[in-house]
Amino acid sequence: MMIHKLAFKNIYRAGLRTWLNVIALSFSFVAIIFLQGLYNGMNDQIEKATLDAQYGGGQYWQNDYDPYDPLTLEDAHAKIPDDLQKLIEQKKATPILIRQATIYPNNRFQNALLKGIDPGQTILSIPTQVLISSDETIPALIGSRMAKSSGLKIGDYVTLRWRDANGTFDADEVKIVQIMNTDVSDIDNGQLWIPIEKMREMTAMPNEATIIVLEKSSPFSERVDNWQYKDLEFLMQDLRALFLTKSIGGSIFYIVLLLLAMLAIFDTQILSIFRRRKEMGTLMALGMTRSKLIQLFTLEGAMHAVLAAVVAAVYGIPLLIYVASTGYGLPEATDSYGFAMGDRIFPAFTAGLIIGTTLLVLIVTTIVSYLPTRKIAKLKPTDALRGKLT
Amino acid sequence: MKKIMFFMILILPALLFSQTESADEILKRVDENMLSDSKIIVFKMIIHGRRGERTVEAKSWQRNTDDSFTEYLAPPREKGTKMLKLGDQLWTYSPQTDRTILISGHMLRQSVMGSDLSYEDLMEDQRLHQLYQPTLIGEDTQLGRQCWLLELSASQKNIAYYSRKIWVDKERFLPLREERYAKSGRLLKTTEVKEMMLSGDRWVAKKVVFKDELKTGGGTEFTVESIDFDVPIQDHFFSKAALKK
Repeated sequence: MMIHKLAFKNIYRAGLRTWLNVIALSFSFVAIIFLQGLYNGMNDQIEKATLDAQYGGGQYWQNDYDPYDPLTLEDAHAKIPDDLQKLIEQKKATPILIRQATIYPNNRFQNALLKGIDPGQTILSIPTQVLISSDETIPALIGSRMAKSSGLKIGDYVTLRWRDANGTFDADEVKIVQIMNTDVSDIDNGQLWIPIEKMREMTAMPNEATIIVLEKSSPFSERVDNWQYKDLEFLMQDLRALFLTKSIGGSIFYIVLLLLAMLAIFDTQILSIFRRRKEMGTLMALGMTRSKLIQLFTLEGAMHAVLAAVVAAVYGIPLLIYVASTGYGLPEATDSYGFAMGDRIFPAFTAGLIIGTTLLVLIVTTIVSYLPTRKIAKLKPTDALRGKLT
Repeated sequence: MKKIMFFMILILPALLFSQTESADEILKRVDENMLSDSKIIVFKMIIHGRRGERTVEAKSWQRNTDDSFTEYLAPPREKGTKMLKLGDQLWTYSPQTDRTILISGHMLRQSVMGSDLSYEDLMEDQRLHQLYQPTLIGEDTQLGRQCWLLELSASQKNIAYYSRKIWVDKERFLPLREERYAKSGRLLKTTEVKEMMLSGDRWVAKKVVFKDELKTGGGTEFTVESIDFDVPIQDHFFSKAALKK
C-alpha cells in the first residue's frame, strides 16, 4: 500500500510532465475506441443493410446460377418447385428472375442486369411497390449508382433489349419510375428491377425464377431438386472476409497511435530513472529492496494509464455519445468502395470494446513502464546516492 | 359469275403456292450467292461514332459459315489483334497483352472495335433459308436496281432475330438492304449496300453500312477491298495456336 501511495505522490508531484503523458495517452484511448467503434458500427450497418436488401433469411439458387459467372445467367432459370411456391404464396419467400440485357440510355449502349421481382413483396427492403403499374408501359426501378452511370432520371423512357428463353432478341421501352437510394451497391450497379410477371412474359419464362429469397429467420432449408439452399453463413462469407481485411488495415492505425503513446511513457520512465538516481539510492539505503523499487517505478508508469482512462472518460464519453447519436459523415467517394455503406456511419461502442481497450492499454503501459526499470536491478545504492547509474 | 368463282377457287391457291415457292427459291439463291466453302476477304471498317470516326482494316479467312480467322492490319494500335471463331465459340488475341480471351456470354453483346456490329452479329450463321420462312411482300428499288422485298419470319425457336425484311436484287440475288426486327416488331439493325462488285461469277457487296437502330451515330461502313471465293485455306488458320503466331 505504501508503494501505491508513494507512486501516486510521485506522479502527482511530477505536475505538467504527468499531465502531458496522461493527455497523450487519453487521446490514444479515445482514438482507439472511436476507430474500433467506427469499424464495428460500419460492419453492423453493412451486414444489416445487405441482409435487409439482398440476402433476406437465406436463398435458394437455381442449380446453374453462379453470381460470379455471368455466363451462367443464360441457363440459370427454372420453374419454381411446389415447396418453394407454397412459401411464396404464404409471403415467406420471394422469387427473383435474372437475365442479361442491354439498355440504350441517351442513345448509347450499356449492358445491364435485368431483375424481375414481385412488386408486392415485403421480404427485401427494396421499394418494389413503385413497380405496381396499371398501364402498358414496363416500369423500372433503378438505384442511384445506376442512375448516375446511365444518366437516367425518374420519368425517362429507355430502350431495353433482351433475349427471351430461346435466345430471340426483343426490345421495348421501359419507364424509370423510381430511383432508390440504397446502401447496397450489389442491388444497384448496372441493374434494372421490373415486375417479375412482366419479365416472365417478356422472356417466355412462365413461373420461372433464378433465385428465391427467404424471409428473415426462415426455418425452411429443405433439399429441393434442381435448387441449392444457400444459408447466411455462405452468403455472408465474402463480406465477412472483407470485414476482416478491413479490420486488419484499421488496426495498423491504432497500433501506431498506441506506439506513439507508449513511446511517451517509455521516455518518461527512462528520464525518471535517470533523474531520480539519488532518490532511488536513498530509498534503497532506507531499506527498500530492488524489486520494490522496480514495482514503484512500474506502478508510476501504469498509473499514467489509469489517470489517462479517467481523463479519457471525462471528455471521451460525451464526445463518443454525440458521435454515436449523430453518426460520422462519409465523403462521397466512399460509395464506390463496393460496401453497403450509408452517407453516415453510426459507431457501435460496446462494453466489451471499452473494457477490452482499457485493459489492453493498461497492460501495454505496464509492460512499457517495466522495461526501463530493469536497470534498477543492477543498481548499487552507493552509486545511486552519488548520482551514478551502473 | 360461277365460272369466275370456279376459276378463283382453282387458281388462287396455285398462285399463292407459286408465290411461296418463289420466295423460298429467292432466299435459296441468296444463300447460294453469299455462301461458299471458303473465302478470303480483305476489308476496311469505318466506324462513325459520336466522337468522330475510326478506320480498321483486317483480313479474314473463312471456312463455311462456321469457322473464321481474322487478323487486324490497321490502325497501328489494333494491328496484330486476331479473332478466331470456331462454331459458336470466339477467341480474341491481343498482342499488347499476349493473351487469348474467350468471348462468351454478355461479352458477345459488346461491339467489335466500337462498331455497330456485336460479336454475336459476327457469329451469326447466315443460312437464311434454314432459319426463316420467307414471304414475298412486294417489289422495290434499291441502289437504282429492281428488288424483291421479302419478309422473313423465324421458322425456328432459337434464333436471334425474330423477323427480317430483305431487299434482294432481282438479277444478282444480293440483298441490297436488310432490316432486322425484335420479337416486338421493333427495328433493331439495318444493313444497306452502297456499292456492289463482281467477284468471279458472283455479285458481292463492296460497301455496306451497318447500323444499330437503337443508338445514334452514323453506323459502321464496311468496305471489301478484295474477296476470293473457294480458295484452299490451310487448317492451321482455324486453331488457337494460330492466334499467337
